[in-house]
Amino acid sequence: MLIRRRLNTAIAILILLAGSVIMLAPFVWTISTSLKYQQNVFDLPPKWIPNPMTFDNYRAVWEAVPVLYGFLNSALIVVFVLTIGLLVSSMAAYAFAKVSFPYKDTIFMCLMGTMMIPYSVVMIPQFIGFSHLNWVDTLLPLIVPGLFGNIVVIFFLRQFMQGAVPTELIEAAKLDGSGFFRTFATIAMPIAKPAIAAQAALGFMGIWNDFLGPLIYLHTTEKQTIQVMIASLKSMYIGSSNYPMIMASSFIAMVPVIIVFFLCQKYFVESLAISGLKG
Amino acid sequence: MEGEGAVALHLLSIVGGKGESILTNKVPGYRRKEMLWAYAFVAIPLLGFVIFGLAPLIASAVLSFTKWDMITPPEFIGWANYSGMFGDEKVYKAFFNTTFMLIHVPLGMIVSLLLAVLMNRKMRGISVFRTIYYIPVISPIVAVSILWQWMLNNDFGVINQTLWNWFHITGPNWLGDPNWVKPSLIVMGLWGGVGSNMVLYLAGLQAISSTYYEAAEVDGASGWQKFRMITLPLLSNIHFFVIVMGVIGTFQAFSQVYVMTPDGGPEYSAGTVVFNVFEHAFSYFDMGYASAEAWVLGVIILLLTLVQFRLSKRWVYND
Repeated sequence: MLIRRRLNTAIAILILLAGSVIMLAPFVWTISTSLKYQQNVFDLPPKWIPNPMTFDNYRAVWEAVPVLYGFLNSALIVVFVLTIGLLVSSMAAYAFAKVSFPYKDTIFMCLMGTMMIPYSVVMIPQFIGFSHLNWVDTLLPLIVPGLFGNIVVIFFLRQFMQGAVPTELIEAAKLDGSGFFRTFATIAMPIAKPAIAAQAALGFMGIWNDFLGPLIYLHTTEKQTIQVMIASLKSMYIGSSNYPMIMASSFIAMVPVIIVFFLCQKYFVESLAISGLKG
Repeated sequence: MEGEGAVALHLLSIVGGKGESILTNKVPGYRRKEMLWAYAFVAIPLLGFVIFGLAPLIASAVLSFTKWDMITPPEFIGWANYSGMFGDEKVYKAFFNTTFMLIHVPLGMIVSLLLAVLMNRKMRGISVFRTIYYIPVISPIVAVSILWQWMLNNDFGVINQTLWNWFHITGPNWLGDPNWVKPSLIVMGLWGGVGSNMVLYLAGLQAISSTYYEAAEVDGASGWQKFRMITLPLLSNIHFFVIVMGVIGTFQAFSQVYVMTPDGGPEYSAGTVVFNVFEHAFSYFDMGYASAEAWVLGVIILLLTLVQFRLSKRWVYND
């Protein structure tokens, strides 16, 4: 029995190892290609370790598109939406979780309904609206809707606060003369911090990797997010098969989100698991 | 903040008439104040719902009955956009392609459940695997699509080269052959997606009490029987979540198609519905037609989701 169990474990580890190779190989291949000279890219059989090696492709990307602006634009959207949007969402979640008021369920169901509306249905009227405001080719259409909070976040934080914030604590604070906002800020917020952090991690990933919205609104290179920037760089250089440069740009676009992932890995995985089980 | 509460209250009196009852004196003062605060707290998301959800939804429905290029005034054309779709070959193909891509959902479930079962053991270092399988999930879809386009290159891509060098198989022209484009996108989707469902299944597996298995062992159940009779049904709420989200996500696929096959692929074999909507709206500026197609997609997603919720009562166990 023990031997069989050990054998099972060994087989499992072997399969997982093989799978890991498949998972990681594309990334290794990206880095490998990005370090090659263009004339070596088509060498047969393909070489995983570039020889000769060069960093020129990264410089070429840097000179071809304003990478720094790309990062800055993506980061600006992230900062505004995550600070203000998350605060707004936490406030709404607190009210839904801990206060009773008329029409609470109706309002909540209305908000939940937004989850059912596909972006492709609202994107055209939104585009028309934002072009009337002359917001096309600015970051505003990507920032402003996010400032009003996000129903998925509200739903998740509401679930969390319902379980984690004790009603007695809120009542006690009220008796001590703490106002509504102060009770929220000093009691509910500190308790909900890990859940908010988890949503921040997921939010960062979603905004950083978003493509359709930024693609519709951002046309001038200096105003594009990093994803739109590398997509247009690819379409410019694919004709000349400059794969090392294309791969360098795609690696550049991946690095920040992978770094953030390793820094807050715990939150990513946990929040995904919780939201999945509750949903 | 009192002002904001009043705004929320006003909004509510539009939604329904009874909202004013909290202004009468029946409610004690401190409760009234608390309710006003609560309304203030939910007012901003509610406002966002009206501005960015409800209003565009209505506008989009109206637009779908017009012909409008955003320059000349919109022209009301009745159901012409909808009936026009029946004669539009690209629309047919887009809906077919999108439906075909649904195969990705069950395939992804099988692979991610298998991975989760393999990973569900108490051992040091197992979380390293979890991290590795999760990296593609957090990677930007644009960057991922670009690198897969390079790997799937017919002549020089690493996949076809390896197939030839190791097995002497001549690989297909993945993104250039109408029969292989969709399988290519599905494979890429699996690579990028199994990690997230795996994490869900892993959490589900860890939540199953070991007493079930112990009881089954006493009765002499085999490993497969335990999996079939205990594990699978007890994960039904996760299967449900994965299917619902998978279907919604598949029906909204856009970025990978736009990046890997900017023209919709050979014979439009890769074009999805959202891709087709995008083309009509932002390449041809046919806003009415695009809105109509988006509405058809939205209604299909809604119906599919409702049907799944209905069916779920028959097979999803909630403890």
